[in-house]
Amino acid sequence: MATSIRPPRTGLDPVLALILQRIGIGFGLILAISALLFLGIEALPGDFARNFLGQSATPQAVANIRAELGLDEPAILRYFEWLGGVLTGDFGTSWANGSSVNEQLGKRLANTLFLAAVAAVVAVPLSIGLGMLAVFFRDRLPDRLINIVSLIAISMPEFFVGYLLIFFFALQLGIGDGPPIIPSPGASLWENVQLVFLPAMTLVVVVLAHMMRMTRASILNIMQSAYVETAELKGLSPLRIIWKHAAPNAIAPIINVVALNLAYLVVGVVVVEVIFAYPGMGQYFVDAVTVRDMPVVQACGIVFAGVYIVLNMLADVGAILANPRLRHPK
Amino acid sequence: MSADTPNAPVLSVRNLKIGATAYPPGEPPREIEIVHGVSFDLAKGRVLGLIGESGAGKSTIGLSALGYGRGGVKITGGEVLLDGEDILKLPRRGLRRLRGRRVTYVAQSAAAAFNPAHRLGDQVIEGALRHGLMTRRAARERARHLFAILGLPEPDSFGQRFPHQVSGGQLQRAMTAMALCPEPDLIVFDEPTTALDVTTQIDVLAAIKSAIAETGVAALYITHDLAVVAQISDEIMVLRHGNTIEHGETRQIVEAPREAYTRDLLSVRSTIKPAAAEQPGDLLRLDGIDAAYGQGLQVLHGVDMFLSRGQTLAVVGESGSGKSTTARVVTGLLPPMRGQVLFEGEALPPALKARSKEQLRRVQMIYQMADTAMNPRQTVAEIIGRPLGFYFGMRGQARRKRVAELLDQIEMGDGFAERYPAELSGGQKQRVCIARALAAEPSLILCDEPTSALDPLVAEGVLKLLGDLQQETGVGYLFITHDIATVRAIADSIAVMYQGRVVRFGPKDKVLSPPFDDYTDLLLRSVPEMEIGWLEQALGTRKMTSAGN
Amino acid sequence: MSELWRSMPWSARIGLAGCAFFAFLALFADVVAPFGEREIVGDVWQASLSACEGEAGPGTCLLGTDNLGRDMASRLIYGAQTTIAVALAAGVLSFAIGMILSFTAAVVGGWTDQVLSRVNDMLLAIPTLIFALVVLAALPQTIAILIAVMAVIDQTRVYRLGRAVAVDVVVQDFVEAARLRGEGWGWIVFREILPNVLTPLIAEFGLRFAFAVLFLSTLSFLGLGIQPPEADWGGMVKDNKDGIIFLVPAALYPGAAIALLAVSVNLVVDWLLARTSSLKGGRG
Repeated sequence: MATSIRPPRTGLDPVLALILQRIGIGFGLILAISALLFLGIEALPGDFARNFLGQSATPQAVANIRAELGLDEPAILRYFEWLGGVLTGDFGTSWANGSSVNEQLGKRLANTLFLAAVAAVVAVPLSIGLGMLAVFFRDRLPDRLINIVSLIAISMPEFFVGYLLIFFFALQLGIGDGPPIIPSPGASLWENVQLVFLPAMTLVVVVLAHMMRMTRASILNIMQSAYVETAELKGLSPLRIIWKHAAPNAIAPIINVVALNLAYLVVGVVVVEVIFAYPGMGQYFVDAVTVRDMPVVQACGIVFAGVYIVLNMLADVGAILANPRLRHPK
Repeated sequence: MSADTPNAPVLSVRNLKIGATAYPPGEPPREIEIVHGVSFDLAKGRVLGLIGESGAGKSTIGLSALGYGRGGVKITGGEVLLDGEDILKLPRRGLRRLRGRRVTYVAQSAAAAFNPAHRLGDQVIEGALRHGLMTRRAARERARHLFAILGLPEPDSFGQRFPHQVSGGQLQRAMTAMALCPEPDLIVFDEPTTALDVTTQIDVLAAIKSAIAETGVAALYITHDLAVVAQISDEIMVLRHGNTIEHGETRQIVEAPREAYTRDLLSVRSTIKPAAAEQPGDLLRLDGIDAAYGQGLQVLHGVDMFLSRGQTLAVVGESGSGKSTTARVVTGLLPPMRGQVLFEGEALPPALKARSKEQLRRVQMIYQMADTAMNPRQTVAEIIGRPLGFYFGMRGQARRKRVAELLDQIEMGDGFAERYPAELSGGQKQRVCIARALAAEPSLILCDEPTSALDPLVAEGVLKLLGDLQQETGVGYLFITHDIATVRAIADSIAVMYQGRVVRFGPKDKVLSPPFDDYTDLLLRSVPEMEIGWLEQALGTRKMTSAGN
Repeated sequence: MSELWRSMPWSARIGLAGCAFFAFLALFADVVAPFGEREIVGDVWQASLSACEGEAGPGTCLLGTDNLGRDMASRLIYGAQTTIAVALAAGVLSFAIGMILSFTAAVVGGWTDQVLSRVNDMLLAIPTLIFALVVLAALPQTIAILIAVMAVIDQTRVYRLGRAVAVDVVVQDFVEAARLRGEGWGWIVFREILPNVLTPLIAEFGLRFAFAVLFLSTLSFLGLGIQPPEADWGGMVKDNKDGIIFLVPAALYPGAAIALLAVSVNLVVDWLLARTSSLKGGRG
């Protein structure tokens, strides 16, 4: 999602203009994706009503349900109705049980974000630290070890990591809880953090490797630059070289790495929630997909895509703010 | 040798040997020696010029004075004595205390060597502060003083700027200020003016020279340009393939060289091509060309020039003058906004796609980087053979025979036919590119700085080949270059370009003789000449100063 | 060939051996598997190395039995066949689409490039799994559709790399020289560009295949990939996940198989990528 850093020609401060431009692109994207989610699916072969009822449904039943769900109206009209609803915070009602999507969505989004946040708090500092360690011991044993371990971690599907943790930690060692994990609003924050220990760990394992490899690559890139050589030829201490000369330039790429992986984390939650039977958005989404409950599918789809795009947008904004060429124009 | 005697050398290099890891194509990496036992002394306040072609080991030797090997380069033997103390035996801490304090470094590309995140002033005084040499106040004051003697604009506030806010020539001076700030005993200058335009180079060179004189620091000045080093150094050491060829006082090296190799370096491009026979008729005529990239920036303004058959037209100018864009217009890669290109009396279609195969065949091109101009996955025979097959339908035995002839014509021989570009030297690569152009039997070859990436002696060989081929085949050259010496050597007529306009055009003799317009005057006076005292003389007599310094 | 083998680091050799092992299992599943894919040979969730009896006679269940009493080891072997075949098909398809589009964009340039790249940017902005789930919710569940959906989603990544690599090469002088000579795009793509980008493309193909294996398994695990009773690794984890609570490790075996295959492919890819960058470094 790296966009070029050419400020648009306006009278505004170039940094502000760039950021506004980036935010505009982000919202445009969300809008485009909402159209894709709604109209694109509409254009696909297949009939919601028939799919929903199953192949054995009588034509009469299909016609009835079409009328009932309002599927007889033109798609474009229904899209704008739906979009209007989404913009005013109304995601409609579920086909499966007729309940309001909003109510479920609110509760479950909070649960999902809580799980993702716990995972992020552990994963971000750990992966940046390990990435720096790998750079420090470049091409030596700790670096190779970190490289191999992270390669294995990247290759493991989330559900394998999850069940491994349940099998060995929850069941053999008695550390953490197995499924189902249901946070209660009455419990204290710390109790809930303890409750989500294993699902959070699963997410940490999944994003840690990616994040660490990207951190390592971007710091390495900076350590090989000519200005770090200049610092070395000034006789500065290694600590000062890293702190004063490498770190300020590493901020932008690291912000980028973090935001990208947070976006990944929020999406990765889907599988982890299914493993641990955790009442979050992911679970809700997967259940709706299985029974083809389209209003719920579309609502979850747009929320997930929205979170993902906003985090990506923050990554770009962070990178713009950290760039000295943009902060101090000619 | 004691450090107290007045004439004791600051730096004394004894039998220095340096190794590196080589990566030959298709073979496992191996260790090689790149400097084979070099020795020299450098006394206080003296400037020693290290000169040689690429691969001579000059930068590596320079960095060894800081006890530093760049990317896999290791010092394998000998001694580097700084005030009598062997710095190669120092522990890491000792080296740190020496770098940035007693020995400092000025890199070729200051644009990359300055940290983009910090202000120039902070970077300039950082070494002096970290080594505890002066207070922040004193360091700031010294930086201001150095900015002033280096001729930087607004020395009081210059340090407030960020690296991307100043020009290339200013950055190079700021880097010199950074090197001078801690009052070192020795500065290593590593090609500090090579990346600059010639009209900027002269000012930076003068600034460095006066700063060295003022501070009395000793310096190692590394360059591939003998004319530059003759202006600035007290003595010169000529290096080749990691060996010392000759070492002496600057006057002796320039005026009475002892070694044949040094004489070759000195006589580079003084050979002048005999004027090509005038053939009737225009080969190429550009008529009022305006051109722009994209929607916005117009880079050519009403460019007119012409080239007679079988002759050489040199288009000369600095980077950004529009000379390469002119070539792109002729090739059809950049259709002009206005004006037309006449080739052998007919208008060429502006866009490449609209041109016939025959029109394409008659205009060929040679590039600056022969490396990237050849597909690394094709053999020399495939590279030269393709135009033969493409334009003339030649294949099999006939094609092989013609490739062999062409290889003979570029003085390489049939033995190279099955080699890949990576197995050729820089000069050989450019010769293969010339053969590929010749294979199409063109009447015009566009040469885009074909010799500026080559070492002087190799470049001279290529220029001589181009001259011979013109005699044999009657091909015309549109020769784009920034180097006046090359122009003198090969041109029949010259177009001088500046900021997208042709400021002077005509036969060589006329263009290169007075009266000059201001820009041509500046350009001609900025080209270093192999003459001691040229720098001061040139600075004193020029009519305008460069805009880009 | 043997020279190439000798120049490989041990990690790449292990990776290649792993790939060969799984390819062998997939190709000769009928010969290697001791029992049938859907054959019930014993009780539910028997322990590993326990005795069982199939149509062909009694035998041992190396890794025990699954949730329906089928031989775990045999199902893993048949699962290799299904998983690898579907992932390979999706990988090949996504690679083909991505390459054709990206090379077209890079060589033709102009508006074609703009339109293709902007559409691709938009598709890239949608998280892969979410995209797949939404689309699969609306479409009938067949293997062909599954492969097509995976390919269309993943070609965006191929496109991004392919375009970057091709644009890198297209600006090289030797491509310009070919254009100035008047060569057609066929020659430029197949003779000038492709030979120079082969290694990164092979590496990318490996990555796409590894990703397809993981993605397919995830979809199957969520019940939206390959449908039972066909054996595939992700679905086998789903079938046996309830055993975990009773300390039955049956769900872990297919998970481990997925991880091993992906690690093997990634080890080879790592080596290929290192090889490209060192080649570049060597050329200066």
